[in-house]
Amino acid sequence: MTVHNLYIFDRNGTCLYYNEWNRKKQAGISKEEEFKLMYGMLFSIRSFVSKMSPLDMKDGFLSFQTSRYRLHYYETPTGLKFVLNTDLSVGSARDTLQHIYSNLYVELLVKNPVCVLGQSLESELFSSRLDAFIRGLPYYSPRAA
Amino acid sequence: MLMFCCCLLQNSELFTLTYGALVTQLCKDYENDEEVNKQLDKMGYNIGVRLIEDFLARSSVGRCQDFRETADVIAKVAFKMYLGITPSVTNWSPAGDEFSLILENNPLVDFVELPDNHSTLIYSNLLCGVLRGALEMVQMAVDVRFAQDTLRGDNVTEIRMKFIKRIEENLPAGDDQEERKMVFY
Repeated sequence: MTVHNLYIFDRNGTCLYYNEWNRKKQAGISKEEEFKLMYGMLFSIRSFVSKMSPLDMKDGFLSFQTSRYRLHYYETPTGLKFVLNTDLSVGSARDTLQHIYSNLYVELLVKNPVCVLGQSLESELFSSRLDAFIRGLPYYSPRAA
Repeated sequence: MLMFCCCLLQNSELFTLTYGALVTQLCKDYENDEEVNKQLDKMGYNIGVRLIEDFLARSSVGRCQDFRETADVIAKVAFKMYLGITPSVTNWSPAGDEFSLILENNPLVDFVELPDNHSTLIYSNLLCGVLRGALEMVQMAVDVRFAQDTLRGDNVTEIRMKFIKRIEENLPAGDDQEERKMVFY
């Protein structure tokens, strides 16, 4: 049971934060290209999902899974996008991502007048609290399942 | 949560006095009502773009379906949460794109009287900026202004809000084609 990595994007596609805890394989492209790829994919899949939905959409795109990992997605009405990759034993990380938004992002960054929003987040406090939170998750372990 | 509410009630005077000190200082710095109004709006805007995140985090309100729902959420949830008052939503335009918030009392103006030489000062203009900034972050461009103000002799305080347009989400700067190629290679 583990968490692989986390991305936070703002409404303009800027990657505000990225961290990894248990990533065995890299993408083979630069971090900048990786963020663009991730954001582009999210943008396309959200639009696809809402267009092709056979019913009225409520929350939209939530997650996808492969044979090895699951990608969980949470978007706020302000366009802030949280992406968490975990292994398959984690069913839904929506609560986790909501907690990261409400209790970490909003409390430590939005309410900090020194933190400039819209660019890469550089708050030690945020990084360490987030790290402690992820490591404290019931489904986190240092080794992948 | 209860303790937080108690603190808020005790601090409401501090809040009112702090706001008053802010406006007074701006008047001294700028000496011109129009300029002070603009500064209040700008400060309000900067507060609004952050306040919306706190609001969404604490209220778990999802996306509103239309402007009417937005109006209700602003009046019944947001104003209640931050100022402890619930303005009424009235005077809808026929097109449904404009409405008024009527505030029976305005906590910002407790103890305040406008002197004669500041007749064009919009004392609570910060609120207009806050509403404008907050809604912009949820993809709505709105125009917000005071239509009536008890400080200027009217019976009630009326904030008029008009929906201008939806702000569309764009792909980040850079070649759109390139973005799509990257996604599908």
